[in-house]
Amino acid sequence: MNAASFIPLLLALVLAPLLLGIINRTKALFAGRCGQPFLQTYFDLWKLLHKSAVYSRTTTWLFRAGPMLGLAAILMAVTLVPLGNYPALIAFPADFFLFACLLGLMRFFTVLAALDTGSSFEGMGASREVFFSALAEPALLVALATLARQTGSLSLSTILSQVSGGHWLQAGPVMALVLTALMVVLLAENSRIPVDDPNTHLELTMIHEVMVLDHGGPDFAFILYGAALKLWVLSALVVGMIAPDTGTLWLNLVISVGGMFLVAVIVGVVESTMARLRLLIVPQLLVGAGALAAMAFLLGLNK
Amino acid sequence: MILTNLILVLVVLTNLKLLGSSRIGSSIRVVAAQGVVLGCLPVLAHMHDLSVRFTVLAIGTVAIKGIVFPWFLFRAVREADVAREVEPYVGYVTSLLSGVVILAVSFWMCQRLPMPESLASSWLAPIAIFSIFAGLFLIVSRKRALNQVLGFLVLENGVYTFGVGLAPQSSLLVEAGVLLDVFVAVFVMGITIFHINREFDHINTDQLNTLKD
Repeated sequence: MNAASFIPLLLALVLAPLLLGIINRTKALFAGRCGQPFLQTYFDLWKLLHKSAVYSRTTTWLFRAGPMLGLAAILMAVTLVPLGNYPALIAFPADFFLFACLLGLMRFFTVLAALDTGSSFEGMGASREVFFSALAEPALLVALATLARQTGSLSLSTILSQVSGGHWLQAGPVMALVLTALMVVLLAENSRIPVDDPNTHLELTMIHEVMVLDHGGPDFAFILYGAALKLWVLSALVVGMIAPDTGTLWLNLVISVGGMFLVAVIVGVVESTMARLRLLIVPQLLVGAGALAAMAFLLGLNK
Repeated sequence: MILTNLILVLVVLTNLKLLGSSRIGSSIRVVAAQGVVLGCLPVLAHMHDLSVRFTVLAIGTVAIKGIVFPWFLFRAVREADVAREVEPYVGYVTSLLSGVVILAVSFWMCQRLPMPESLASSWLAPIAIFSIFAGLFLIVSRKRALNQVLGFLVLENGVYTFGVGLAPQSSLLVEAGVLLDVFVAVFVMGITIFHINREFDHINTDQLNTLKD
């Protein structure tokens, strides 16, 4: 651990809410609107933090602890993800298992808090969230395992810094399959469009948004910030795969941050050009992503 | 080498798509695309010693699998008024997962089997075997006769892939013979589908066994 390892962490903490702003701006551009300011998520967070939370009498301490524990879990996950060629704050062999566990832990606390309200809508959202992420998680793990196999290293920091143009030239199909699987996981885990619509206000079709309906004030700020950080870490995985290695540290960093914004733009384009899939079709999409990752793993295994 | 691998990956992707999709029209198009892509394989796999026979083989394959079969199958769809298959014996998500398992088994098998040195790519044999098994799986897991024909075509594509990899050792006559066989088979199946449909108003083969004496 050295001082430079704090750079990816600080950038994530500062810039993560900006990604949501970029997605919204891209969608506004497609719809022909001016759109909200890029910094809208920061304003929202500021406003929410100055409100006071309201708690229903049916809820227990779980409901109050949920957002805090969720944010803590995702903050831990942020410390595991490198950016550019700067290693992450914490790196050890097989840390991508911890990464997946922390994402799961965040979801677990969100789901517990949602179930604690006793609302049937939130129970429905929780059920869907758990079902879909149970299908997305194998895809994420197998995709990361493929990358580990290709680069011959076991830690997220070394995997993502070693993936280079050489791997793309040697095993292009494998890398392309992994990238596709990771993109689908990114969209599913962040409740973006082909899986879930973040703008919908129809409870029957919502997944993530419906689980956090009862949270307000600082609690909701924690959830919003946690969601932005989750988008940031998963985008960092995608960017780590495709960002070229220029040899200069600061240039790599600039390219990677630019890549993060590009991923946000792509998410915005996907949201603007695609319809949300029917709930029955979503498992097929996620199992398909898992199948692509498994295929990449098998192809990579038999060079 | 890179292009060959790309084609092989496309073959696996089309097979997985077939295992996981329920639309007949798109399935026919996917099988046609697979045929066209495979038609290019002999040319690409033997780029350095390209001869007339590989070119003829490629053109023949593309013409029959990419143009004649789709046209024929779409005609069968139109005449038999086939709706999409809603309830196969094995569900679509399960089929997709089975496809991944079959792929793993194929790779495992090919590590055990003695392989000739002259194969164009180390992925060729496993993916050929995967196509054969995936085709078999499609045939046994679908109820409608038309989906079973598509499974048969996938199976044949697997045999063809393997043949192309070994092309220097095998003769053009064998390849042409296999192509002709498949053509006749699809022709006969098309007529059969039409007749089954005219007789029973559907092409669900699972109800054919009530015909027994």
